[in-house]
Order: sequence, then structure tokens, then C-alpha cells
Amino acid sequence: MNRITSKLQSKDKILSIYITAGYPKLADTVSVIQSLEKYGVDMIEIGLPYSDPLADGKTIQNSSTQALHNGMTTEVLFEQLQNIRKQVSIPLIIMGYFNPILQYGVEAFCQKCNEIGIDGLIIPDLPVELYEKQYKTLFKKYNLFNILLITPQTSEARIRAIDRISEGFIYAVSTASVTGKSLEFGENEMNYFQRIKNLKLRNPFLVGFGIHSAKTFEQATFYSKGAIIGSAFIKFITENNSARIKQFVASLKSN
Amino acid sequence: MSFKVNKKGFYGDFGGAFIPEMLYPNIEELKQNYLKIIKDKVFQKEYHALLKEYAGRPTPLYYAKNLSELYHTNIYLKREDLLHTGAHKMNNTIGQILVAKRLGKKRIIAETGAGQHGVATATVCALMGMQCVVYMGETDIQRQAPNVARMKMLGSEVISVNSGSKTLKDATNEAIRDWISNPEDTYYIIGSVVGPHPYPDMVARLQSVISKEIKTQLMQKRMASSPDYVIACVGGGSNAAGAFYHFLENEKVKLIAVEAAGKGNDSGHSAATSVLGKIGIIHGSMTLLMQSEDGQITEPYSISAGLDYPGIGPLHAHLKATKRAEFVSVTDDEAMQWGLKLARMEGIIPAIESAHAFAVLDRQKFKPTDVVVINLSGRGDKDLNTYIHYFNL
Repeated sequence: MNRITSKLQSKDKILSIYITAGYPKLADTVSVIQSLEKYGVDMIEIGLPYSDPLADGKTIQNSSTQALHNGMTTEVLFEQLQNIRKQVSIPLIIMGYFNPILQYGVEAFCQKCNEIGIDGLIIPDLPVELYEKQYKTLFKKYNLFNILLITPQTSEARIRAIDRISEGFIYAVSTASVTGKSLEFGENEMNYFQRIKNLKLRNPFLVGFGIHSAKTFEQATFYSKGAIIGSAFIKFITENNSARIKQFVASLKSN
Repeated sequence: MSFKVNKKGFYGDFGGAFIPEMLYPNIEELKQNYLKIIKDKVFQKEYHALLKEYAGRPTPLYYAKNLSELYHTNIYLKREDLLHTGAHKMNNTIGQILVAKRLGKKRIIAETGAGQHGVATATVCALMGMQCVVYMGETDIQRQAPNVARMKMLGSEVISVNSGSKTLKDATNEAIRDWISNPEDTYYIIGSVVGPHPYPDMVARLQSVISKEIKTQLMQKRMASSPDYVIACVGGGSNAAGAFYHFLENEKVKLIAVEAAGKGNDSGHSAATSVLGKIGIIHGSMTLLMQSEDGQITEPYSISAGLDYPGIGPLHAHLKATKRAEFVSVTDDEAMQWGLKLARMEGIIPAIESAHAFAVLDRQKFKPTDVVVINLSGRGDKDLNTYIHYFNL
């Protein structure tokens, strides 16, 4: 069974953290993943840095630029993760824009992910229709879940279509925004989360974008199976030593 | 062979809409409506009235006598430099603002490199009373100061972009991020034949007025419906798309696309995408782009801000792949010398972008009977500072 499925079956209020591979230092990838698991994070999104991340705000853009500057590449990331399954057991997802994956070769990329023990991919600029037509069987072959996004603007019909081809979970973007905007969830967001919940989809949904505190984590997971924190974590390890990851994780559960 | 976009938004292997889900509703709305809107009779009437009365179309097809004598052939200049605001960009912005209005949008965003598209957008927003935000790279803001001032005078907000190479590519990223964050009331006026489908097709259609006029004017002047050559510079490729459009299916017309070679294609400082690029995704489109082996988009270079883009529109990638157009690259120095030469020989100071196209005259042998149309896409006023520094004027 895919580790994402077993994790989601065994636990509620999933805490998923996004990290930028090769950030702050090139060699930090694995140790950051290990610390996050050690301090109770349930799932990790490993960001393959990209020069032009269209859906990301300043924080993740800057960490990506720094990681590329540090020498991170697709090849280097795979080398770093070579033994990751001897080191951690929680589900691991690679989040990357489509062009670097295309240049590596989509099948070669999927095969490598499978060898290493990656459980899913998030490719925000790979259109759903193209995935379904051209890559779905490939993802299946290598036991990779393709995690698809929905937003407050996504129509019910499209959410249902996305649900039909999704595996693992659906990534519900909390609000019309790029990553990194610290939000306080109000009525609009709550109504949106409730609306998704009421659809009783096949797949559970996790909320991402704007979550940065115990409060927003609680608000999101009141309706959803879990929540994803990206920019707030990147900001934290930019400003603090990665030795303080324990405090960061604890601060999210302090309610 | 077809050079029109297919139902899925592709030209051969190039095009499509590689966009994050956040943009899906906006792109889908545009995709469902753009053809209906721009083919509508009322739209066409309003669009052409504005092009004529406000922007100054048709632009002349000028027989460049002195150049023609020197090169022993017949050289015509399509005078897009005489259009309101100084470049072909208005053909597109007038059309798109009318599309935006019909979609009920209230706020306009745009990216700009040289500032010509930013000015053309700010202009139509002033005309239509719409809020306008233009994203422009910090580097371009410095080298195109007069255009920044024009946009501000026209009431537009200019946002300086300091990510990446701080030029057109990054300004485009930032405009896309704005659109993600403002999905309901905002319309994005893209300035070239780039971006996700249906933008490349829509912009090409709106710019196609250039080649439509060339056909009519050649008929009036020479009793010929088509030239032997059409030459145009390519950054993203909108003026070339417009100048080529009505000749695409007529293979007797040779199409020459001129890219900026900067300091030379081997120098590491070039923007000649068709030479240095390979297939990949940029700004939501599958096309040729300059990138590292690892798929990171690399930074182009050209002395002209309008050609300083690491991709080309998917139509142009298709023209290159099918060899329908010949691609030529021209260095900064050649373009600058041609800026001076055109000024001295014909009394026209071209935009540095457009000056690149003229260098083909030195590369290619033309017959005395040939009819050669060069698309003079913009005027050089905005580049005066660059000319002053280069020639110590």
C-alpha cells in the first residue's frame, strides 16, 4: 500500500510540511526531513527548486533561488535521497514544476522516485487533462500518487472530475493567492472548507496555502484531513537554526 | 500544412496551457469566449474604428527608395513605428481591452519589457477608464525610463520586479502571480504571442491586421497580392506573427524571423532562442526556450529590452520546426549600426528591436525584381539614451 494511504487511514489532523530541497544549505535536505519526522510531522513535501515558480510567493521563490545557487539539481536531489527509506518512514512527496521533470524525462523521473521510495508528486503546472491522457498509467506503474489541486474558484463539476482521477488526497488551496501569504481564515475560507467537506469526495482533502500557526492549522483541520505548511516553515528555518525545528513543530500543536 | 492553432491549443508540438489550477477558471473563460468575442460584428466595428481613428491605422507601406537602390531590390517598410504610442503593440491592447470589457473585468494587469506594451496598455486603460497595473523588471525600468514616465502619466501603477534577471521574463512571472491572487475582477493583457492558449492565437489574430494591410497595400502599389519576403524581429514574436499571419499558408512568401544574438550566440550573452533553446515550458506554453540542462530557465541578453526574452511564441517554434520561416540572429552591434544607417539613409530612427530586422539585407542576396517587406515595428524615441551612449552622440 502507498504510504500516503496508510498514513491517512491511521490518523487525523495530518501535518504536512513543505521544504525546499538544498535549503538553507545544499546538504541540509536529508537532515531537515529526519528532524521533521522525529518531531512528529506526518508527511513531507520535498520541493525541487525551480527558477520560475509561478505559483509561489517571495519566501519560496527566494529559497528556491538560494537552493539552485547552492547547486541543487534533479540529479543531486536523487543522490541525496538515495537512502532515505533507511532513514525515515513517513510519506514523502516531491513537489516540482513540470519543466525540470520534462527535461529529466517524465518516465525516468517516475522510475527514480519509485526506486527511492517517493510516494507522490505535486506538479502544479501539469494540466489535469494532459496528466490523465498521457501520464496516468506511468504514475500507476511506479506507484506514485499525483496530488491535484483545487481552489475556491474550482467548480463542483471539476472538483468531482479531479476527485475521480486523484489518489491519496486532494490539495485544497485555501484562497486565491500564491504561497506565503499569512492568512487569518474568515467566513469565506470556512464556507469553502465546509463546501468541500459536504461534497463527500472519494478522497480526503488537505488544506494548503496561508497556514502558519496553531490557530490556522486547527481551523483548517476542523474540516479537512490535514494541512500543509510551506512558506511559514521556510521562513522559520531562514530566520532560525534548523536545530530549532522541534520548537516550530511544537508551536503548531500548542492549542 | 496548417499554421493555425488546433482545438487543443497547439501548433504542431508547441503551445497548450501548462498552468496551475488557480488559473484554470480564467484561462477556460477566455478560451470559451475569445473567438466568439473577436469575431462578433459589433466588436470588429469598435476595434477597427479605434485602430483607425484613435491609433492611426492603416500605417503606411513605405517604399524605401534609398535602401532599395543600395541593395538593388524593392524594399518596403511597414510603418508600425507611426502607430499611436510608437509601436505595433496598440493593435493588441485595443483588442484585448475590448475583450476584457466584454468579460466584465474591472482591473487590468500587464507585463512589459521595453515598456512599449506597458505604455500601450496604460493608454487603452486611460481611454477606457480602467485600473491598470504594469509589472516591469528593475533592469528595464532603468534602461527605459521615458516609458516608465509615460505609463505613470497615463495613470498606471508601475510595479518594479526584482526577482531573477529583473527583466521581461520575471515581469511576466509577477503578472501571472497577480492574476492568481486576483482571479475574479482582473484581466491579464499579455503583450506577445506567448503564454498559455488561447493567448498566442488571440494576440496573433489581433496583430494580423499588419499583414492584412500589407496585402491590400501591395495590391494598390504593385498589383501584387504578396511580397517575396517578409522580415520581422522576434522577441516573444508578436510583430512577426502579425506581419507573417496572412502569408503563412502561401509558401511562395519567404518569412524571415530575426532574433537578438546580443554579444554573439557563442558569447553566453544572447537572446537567440531558436538557436540556443530547446523544447520545454515557459509561462504556460510548450515552446523553445533557453534553459539549463536541468530545465532551469536561463537569463537571456540583448541590448534591446524588447527582445530580451528566453522563449519564443509557440507559433514561431512551429515555424522553426517546420522550416516555414528562416531564423536569423543579429548582434547588438549590427542592430545599433542599422539604427544609425536607417536614420541617415531614410530619416527614420527605429526602435533597436526593429533595427535587428534590417541586418538581413546584408546577409541575403535579393533579386532586383524581389519585393521585400520589413516590419518596422517601433520607433526609436524610447532608445535614445542607448543610442546616445553607444554612439557618443
